[in-house]
Amino acid sequence: MRNYIIRRLLYAIPTLIGISILVFAITRLAPGDPVRLYTFGALNITEEDIQALRSHYGLDKSLPMQYVDWITLAIQGDFGKSLQYGGPALPLLLERLPATLQLASVALVLQLVIGIPLGVVAALKRGTWIDNVIRVFAVAGHAIPTFWIGLLFIILFAVTLRWLPSQGILTIGKDVWDIPDRLTHILMPSFVLALGGIANYSRYLRTETLDVINQDYIRTAHAKGLRERSVVYVHALRNALIPMVTALGPLLAVLIGGSLVIEQVFSWPGVGQFTYAAARSKDYPVIMAGVMVASALLVVSYLIRDIAYAMVDPRIKVK
Amino acid sequence: MAAVTAPAARGVDVSQRKVAAGLWENAWYRLRHDRLTIAASVVLIFLLLTSVLAPVIAERVFNTTELSQELLKTYQRPTFDPPKYLFGSDELGRSQVVRMMYGGQVSLFIGFVAAFMNITIGVGLGLIAGYLRGAVDDVITWFVTTLNSVPTIFLLIIFSALFSPSALLLTLVIGVLFWTGVTNFVRGQTFALREREFITAAKTIGASSTRIMFRHILPNVLPLIFVLMAIDVGTIILAESALSYLGLGVPPGTPSWGSMLTNAASYFHRAPWLVVPPGGAIFLTVLCLYLIGDGLRDALDPRLKQG
Repeated sequence: MRNYIIRRLLYAIPTLIGISILVFAITRLAPGDPVRLYTFGALNITEEDIQALRSHYGLDKSLPMQYVDWITLAIQGDFGKSLQYGGPALPLLLERLPATLQLASVALVLQLVIGIPLGVVAALKRGTWIDNVIRVFAVAGHAIPTFWIGLLFIILFAVTLRWLPSQGILTIGKDVWDIPDRLTHILMPSFVLALGGIANYSRYLRTETLDVINQDYIRTAHAKGLRERSVVYVHALRNALIPMVTALGPLLAVLIGGSLVIEQVFSWPGVGQFTYAAARSKDYPVIMAGVMVASALLVVSYLIRDIAYAMVDPRIKVK
Repeated sequence: MAAVTAPAARGVDVSQRKVAAGLWENAWYRLRHDRLTIAASVVLIFLLLTSVLAPVIAERVFNTTELSQELLKTYQRPTFDPPKYLFGSDELGRSQVVRMMYGGQVSLFIGFVAAFMNITIGVGLGLIAGYLRGAVDDVITWFVTTLNSVPTIFLLIIFSALFSPSALLLTLVIGVLFWTGVTNFVRGQTFALREREFITAAKTIGASSTRIMFRHILPNVLPLIFVLMAIDVGTIILAESALSYLGLGVPPGTPSWGSMLTNAASYFHRAPWLVVPPGGAIFLTVLCLYLIGDGLRDALDPRLKQG
């Protein structure tokens, strides 16, 4: 197992290099000169000053050289200074990481807690109206644009009913540890973010449960005279859950990517919102740090998924 | 003489004997009996037609044009009379129903064209990786893993923010970014198929690798490609509308469902009804595409049918 984990960690390196090349290429090939953008309208600036700034930021070298310069520092956690704020880009971004992690993990919990029971119920009540409602929801929950449903939720629960706050992570002036206040803030964004996953899980689990409950050992369990509840929860569910671990992969991608849009809709002060703001103001160091952090999150999630899969299913060869 | 009369004597007309139905005929038969898929297709065709014919419908049915503004008739409530305010009017007094039809042009164009590109790239690379294996496979797999590890919306947002692309460029970029799922699928299928006897047979008679990939393996993978395509179009429309909602999609001026929603959100206090149609249209389009994808899957591969 330890060797497997080490090998998976090594596999992550070429992926991260690939991502860094991709992001570097996009940001450097973009039209528009960041130096000119940030000196625009500055009085008394000469052409020499612009050249000096350019060589100060290393923008006068060839692209591959710039990449080597950048990646050497990036490995050490130095993504350069934010053009907007002046401070180092990575710490600025990491300050926003807890907010994103909170949102994503609450959403993940909601997905599992709501999605799995829905799928099991749909499979057990197969062919009834309950099954049909859950199946319609499973397709619809996937097709609905999250920013639209977020907007409708804000209109309904925040503007009209005034039950929940429409934005932010905490009421301004409240204590950081005011848990009930935080919960009311996280409820809407995390549910909207979880929606696609809930739909997905219920769909997967319905198929898997149907698959499992038709197998011989389930009949045996019934024949032994076990109660229905223990057949379903002890025998069937445990096996139906194994393939779910692989389904986690794309869902985690949706969770991290989707959080960018949701953070925007609900003004959630996370990595996504910060990267979006940086992209709009062409703040290159922050953009690159943002994408690298989001991708690293995803790579780590994939890693955890693979390890979990190897642990859950002993049949997976851990060579 | 006996040979000639024999079929007639048995009462069988050879010329009209039915050939055993093939995959496509069977699938078509199942599709025709799948009411949900039929309904979804009808709705999708209706949305496609209203978008394509938007200029004609705007003039003939609603007596207005995309750009006509009436500053005295802003924030009109939805009404049947006059029909151009079916969905109300916005802050410039523009007819929302007409703008919706034009918005559909952008979303549907990007969705279908980019999905076609994805499928072409994805199928090609998947076949090559799965059939040739070795170093080629390693490089393609590395590329797929890399693309899969960057949240796509981050890439799109950075690209749009830095390049401010036109609708066409945006389509191209989405077209070359979203193909990894197709590649993974085709690669897996090719892996399995290349070990089958008919491929060995093709090799024995000297067929080239290209011929085996495109003439022997591709037809076996093709049916499910249509399923992937339908779902891909839906996913792309969702991504494009999210991008437009964030103000980074097609350049302003061209109405799109996503940007109409942003607009509606800013004028929500004056005209709350403007929020419903753009989001509803995205939802309906994507829902129809997913349902068609599901229906196609059931029709083409009945073994997979669940339920």
